[in-house]
Amino acid sequence: MTTTATSDDRSGIDTSRTMRRIGFALIVTVIGAFFALPLLWLLTAPFDATPGLSVSWPDWTLANFVEVFDNPQAGSALLNAMGMSVATVVLVCAAAAMASYALSRVQIPGRDILLYVMLLLSSVVTGTAAMVPIYQLLFSMGLINTYTGVVLILTGGLLPTGIFILKDFMDTLPRSYEESARVSGASPFQVLKDIVIPVVRPGLAVIAVWVFVQAWGNFLMPFILLRDPDKLPAAVVMYQFYTSGGQADLPLIAAFSLLYSIPVVLMYLFVNKRYGFRFYGGLKG
Amino acid sequence: MADDSPDDGRTGAEVLGIGGASAFVAPAVGLIGVFLLLPALWTLYLGITNLELTGVAAAQPEIVGVDNFTRALSDPDFHHSLWVTLVFVAGSALLGQTVLGLWLAWLVRRWRGWTRSLFEVLVIIAWIIPASVVAFLWTAFLDATGGTLNAILPGSVPWLIDWPLASIIVFNTWRGAAFSMLLFSAALNAIPPSYLETAQLAGANLVQQWRDIVLPTIKGHILTALLLISLWTFNLFTPFLITGGGPGNATEILPIYVYRRALRFGELGYGAAISAIMLAINLLIALVYLRLAGGRGQEPA
Amino acid sequence: MKNWTKLAATVAVSALVLAGCSGEEADPGTTDPGTTEPDATTGSPDGTAAPDDDGTSADLPEGPVTLSISENAAVGGKNAATAEWITEDVIPSFESMMEEQGVDVTVEFVPAASGDEDYKTRLALDLRSGAGPDVIGFDQFWVAEFDAADYAAPLAEIVGPEIEDWEGWDAIPEAVQGSFVLNDQKYGIPFGTDGRVIYYRKDLFEQAGLPTDWQPTSWQDIIDAGRTLQEELPDVTPLQFNAGVSYGEATTLQGFVPILLGAGVEPYQDDAWTGATEAMTQALGFYDTIFGEGLADTDLQLLANGREQSFEQFANGQIAVLAEGDYFWRSVIAPDGGQFPVENVEDVVGYAKIPAMEPGAGIRGQDFVSASGGTGRILNPNTEAPQVAWELMKWMGSEEMVSAFAEREPRITARTDVNETALQDQPMLQFISDEVLPITWYRPGFETYPQVSTLIQETVESVARDRATAEKAASSYESELQGIVGADNVSGG
Repeated sequence: MTTTATSDDRSGIDTSRTMRRIGFALIVTVIGAFFALPLLWLLTAPFDATPGLSVSWPDWTLANFVEVFDNPQAGSALLNAMGMSVATVVLVCAAAAMASYALSRVQIPGRDILLYVMLLLSSVVTGTAAMVPIYQLLFSMGLINTYTGVVLILTGGLLPTGIFILKDFMDTLPRSYEESARVSGASPFQVLKDIVIPVVRPGLAVIAVWVFVQAWGNFLMPFILLRDPDKLPAAVVMYQFYTSGGQADLPLIAAFSLLYSIPVVLMYLFVNKRYGFRFYGGLKG
Repeated sequence: MADDSPDDGRTGAEVLGIGGASAFVAPAVGLIGVFLLLPALWTLYLGITNLELTGVAAAQPEIVGVDNFTRALSDPDFHHSLWVTLVFVAGSALLGQTVLGLWLAWLVRRWRGWTRSLFEVLVIIAWIIPASVVAFLWTAFLDATGGTLNAILPGSVPWLIDWPLASIIVFNTWRGAAFSMLLFSAALNAIPPSYLETAQLAGANLVQQWRDIVLPTIKGHILTALLLISLWTFNLFTPFLITGGGPGNATEILPIYVYRRALRFGELGYGAAISAIMLAINLLIALVYLRLAGGRGQEPA
Repeated sequence: MKNWTKLAATVAVSALVLAGCSGEEADPGTTDPGTTEPDATTGSPDGTAAPDDDGTSADLPEGPVTLSISENAAVGGKNAATAEWITEDVIPSFESMMEEQGVDVTVEFVPAASGDEDYKTRLALDLRSGAGPDVIGFDQFWVAEFDAADYAAPLAEIVGPEIEDWEGWDAIPEAVQGSFVLNDQKYGIPFGTDGRVIYYRKDLFEQAGLPTDWQPTSWQDIIDAGRTLQEELPDVTPLQFNAGVSYGEATTLQGFVPILLGAGVEPYQDDAWTGATEAMTQALGFYDTIFGEGLADTDLQLLANGREQSFEQFANGQIAVLAEGDYFWRSVIAPDGGQFPVENVEDVVGYAKIPAMEPGAGIRGQDFVSASGGTGRILNPNTEAPQVAWELMKWMGSEEMVSAFAEREPRITARTDVNETALQDQPMLQFISDEVLPITWYRPGFETYPQVSTLIQETVESVARDRATAEKAASSYESELQGIVGADNVSGG
């Protein structure tokens, strides 16, 4: 405690380090606030007896949730959305994993070009102008008013992006393991399943969450393709909580918004914990 | 980055034969062929017809050639919409999401513990909650009288009226920063720490470190981020839920322009033509990025 | 990076090639399997097109029939009363009624509950493919464009001439029937209608020293009341006349059209759309005055949720005068279940007819004006069981069923016999029915109406934002209107 000889020196370093820490804390607090503040409405309005269009200290109640649970459509809508989204995730992930692996390991002429063309075209079919072709295509296949139709159309639109991202992951993997596995008699599918997938799992997790979110929030496709009230997913049902004049039924919408948002957050937390929600860090030069 | 897969002289047949590869891509090719390629090309074809949702042109659409395209190119509303879209993409995709995401990734790269997780969850929540919910959140956030933003800042600014375009640019930055943050976090993690330490010891300042080490190393990731984020932003419809394209047509980005023509006015052929033009512009943007990335050149030794 | 340039070239080329190829695919326009009589609209006015069926409605098929009804409504959502009425009242009673007649019928309800545009889009997609519900809840002003696309057809053509024999027609006034008539042929059975009025806060009027039983007789009266309110109650926005594009049809029909009618002109009159006439300039001048003097809040017109906010502000006593339809009374400020309920609404909120510019200056020389929309039901031209579907449609328009609906939700229906009893304890709706409907005007069902309506909204907004004077706005309205409907179809000023 008495050796103060070097303390000047050290406190100088300490001060600058502390300053830097404070600066860092300040910056992340401001950015954190930027990301957190818009979410406030989701924490107040659902619990407010008279939710408005802006954030105010709520007149606490759970009545809005009672209203949601009493609603004949709200519960099944969330389940429907879950089924549809999970099916889309499985289909996209499976097809994208296989395709991106093959594309990464085998030189097919024009591969990258085709992939990018598909990526661009996928933005065409998500626009409103594509409604008629999509509807008539599924109509001719007898897929109107089926989940199959919605899932397939969503899958077609999301697959190129999934392959595009996943292929980058695959490209970074060294092939030595795969080769030795092949030498010891494993089939290509076993190699993919037992060697490649475990390594790219974080990337697959990112794709899965991204696809889930896209399917979970999509309004237009299920709206024009589904008919039965008990088949409608949450995105469509949320638009039913409007009055005949097109005005929002705020108590219902506020509570439903929260219930509608929670699954995607849980899904992310689950995937993050289970698989590590990270892009694979490998790099190509 | 899609072009630089490891072509290290091997045929690839060692791990996966052509037959196996074909079997592996078959499901994706089938799904994309039927459920993406077919409707997309059909839509592009509609761009040269006068198809409408209702009315006479719904029963008997005719091929009108390039009429839709010449009409678009001479429509001041389209010019305006294109300009707004380019500003929106430059502001929220390029500057907003990509730069903020990169900065966030840099900021948190050595930060550990639950505070970092909390921070990341906040950023990611903005990215994953449904658009229809987000619309309510941002309407409430920017509200002129009771809005959260006005509660913090002095005065009461009607943001969506006085600063409509800036509002949706900030909104989209908030919405999408998570993706590039995730991408760049991975990229930065992969830079061997020794590179930066060596550079620091050699007296390189931050700018030099970035110029000589960080940027060249993560170039491929920046390209991926720019390509995807720009494409997504260019085709984003969510701002409609916040501003309705207004006031006036101040925030009428192209997806809203198409929506108004194709859905409200039922002009499906014209809407399809605009989609084709958007496709061409997206391609152009991609080429600009690639040219810029290619020009920056050198790989780390 | 070389192969990226190659990529670009290939993308461009392959896009062109593929686009070219797809030209050989079936032209989606000609695959319409629907009724392909191109001259359906010009068919004989007496509706004698013979159905391939065998006669009167008594001759119903015996085999099991499945019918579907579609409405922009859902149980537990938008227009819930309509949905519940269909599922709980209409379907069970109709099915058992048919069973008594020996017909095995199952009826399904296909809800929608979305924006009207979305609902209409989905119907068009269905009908285009020859599919879709058999009985379709429909907005009166869509008839013409659906007919031109062969998505809709006259009832006589689908069912047979016996549709004229339905006794229900006698209970529906000619003018209301007319909302579903095109080229002298009936396309559907009207169901509900509405009217526009001016609502005002009696409490604020009292504070400002204005009469609480207000009935303006000229635009000047409205402006004067606004000025008084502005002076006496500076925190209150005196007037709200919808003037934003984001308000959609509410700007056209709830505000501008009644004002234009009050200047003595219809938006479409004497076979031409009204251009930059003096009346058009006067109507826009009214907006110029109220927004120019700050009697109405410009910012409120520009927000995406502006209409909702205007409702909220009126309910909170921050807006004193607001022009709206009777929907506002039934669904927005209703103390029980309204979106922004107002306690003791009869004491707090008054309503008045919309005055013409000055007495006698309105269309048809009227002192007061209103505009109306209407809903009803049409038949799918491709229905497999036209006779049974017609039975269902008649049943939905019967006195018994319409009364059952009015019990669930008091509304002005197309049937006068039902209105007489159902509206007895609804003074406001009685007022609309007695005072407003006789002077109202129905919006025209033209293919181009949605575009013209949007143009009106843009024009009114430009005046409200002070981007254009009334004269300039009127003349640019005229030139844009010519672009939409053709110069020959516009009457100039």
